[in-house]
Amino acid sequence: MNFNPNSSFLFILAALVIVFVVAQSVFFLVRAYRHGIAIGMERAKLQKTVLSTAVFTIAPAVSILLGILTLSKFLGIPLPWIRLSVVGAITYELPAATSTAQALGLSLSDTITDPKAYTAIAWVMTLGIIPGMIIIPLCLKKIQGGIMKIKNKDSKWGDLFMTSLFLGMISAFLGMVFTDVRSGLQGWIPIFVLLFSALMMGICGILIKVCKMKWLETYALAISMILAMIFATIITPVIIG
Amino acid sequence: MNTAYNDKSHFYGRIWILTALFILLSVPAAICLYYQAWPAGSAVLKGLLGVAPIYWTVAVIEVFTYGPMLGTGGSYLAFVTGNITNIKAPAALSAMENAGVKPGSEEGEVVSTLAIATSSIVTTLVIALGVLLLSALTPVLNSPALKPAFDNILPALFGGLAVVYISKNWKLSLTPLLFMIVLFLLVPSLSSSVGILVPVGALISLAAARIMYKKNWI
Repeated sequence: MNFNPNSSFLFILAALVIVFVVAQSVFFLVRAYRHGIAIGMERAKLQKTVLSTAVFTIAPAVSILLGILTLSKFLGIPLPWIRLSVVGAITYELPAATSTAQALGLSLSDTITDPKAYTAIAWVMTLGIIPGMIIIPLCLKKIQGGIMKIKNKDSKWGDLFMTSLFLGMISAFLGMVFTDVRSGLQGWIPIFVLLFSALMMGICGILIKVCKMKWLETYALAISMILAMIFATIITPVIIG
Repeated sequence: MNTAYNDKSHFYGRIWILTALFILLSVPAAICLYYQAWPAGSAVLKGLLGVAPIYWTVAVIEVFTYGPMLGTGGSYLAFVTGNITNIKAPAALSAMENAGVKPGSEEGEVVSTLAIATSSIVTTLVIALGVLLLSALTPVLNSPALKPAFDNILPALFGGLAVVYISKNWKLSLTPLLFMIVLFLLVPSLSSSVGILVPVGALISLAAARIMYKKNWI
């Protein structure tokens, strides 16, 4: 059988996986919404959460499309589409494809034509990413039990514990922005973008609190992110020349 | 926290995630069967050796780091839909902050699950739409003028997120932030391993918070 990495069969497989992912998401969305109402949370607050998250997600989702585009030159569209819709992230999928391609002596710049090489890459992309899906059902309840114990013992420390986890994550990403500063002014671009985004968020905060523009709360993160991305497109050519 | 709701979340979550695991493994199996093209075991092994030692370790660490942050429903969803660090965790964090609910509380569980479910649906739809329109979108997405925007998506995202969180918890932020800045300045090559450094940051942040808490500084 002739192999085509963009065959209808592969697109049908991708569509089935996408339907499953959406079904799971809708299931948890509806369940959480109903529970929120049941415990007395305001409908408006829940709807605002959905709306603001939806708006915020669009730009990062488009960046995932870029990942699909990158991988599609070598693997066609369906496999990167599946992998980046389920568990995957471009930071994993590209190294996984590269590692297998190198083992098979293939170049990533040509579209794959050997079905055995394609399936080898599909297996590596899949097997390399599944441990989280095995560990979560085994350990999540125990991990949460541990967190609850901490909270029950000392609720203030329990709150600080959770906040510290978030701050640890934010710090790692903020630190990463400083990676290239030693390479000259060009290396400062991510820092300028970060500061601009922070400034925009600060302005949004002032508009919300001082000017009582309450509606802005829903879109503040998305607005500061998009404006900072636009800012990056303006300052990059100016700095690089 | 309502334990009945939470227990059911674990029950449903396990069913969904194990089904997802089955589907995920079925994809390469179905391709092999359809094309009668089973790969050489050595090729898969060699490919896996290049990525598994790091990514399996990261996966274990991520469960222990993000599991408590994302809550029950959110974790079962996020660990299926992926893109945790660049979309799901920031979405959950920002949603809980906006809604004024605490992570780990019952309201926090609801808001976090809503945020992660919404971002999963929107991401999946945007990607699906993008794939359908890929030939039209390719020149735009590949445009050199837009490249800096996508290259800087993480600073653009975390700048806005950080200003909210750090301004409210600046004492707690100081130690992990300084540590990470100095670390990345000294070892820039670590930027490709930021996934591993998230739990490192969390541990440092926790240790500093514990000391400050014991000394009544916070």
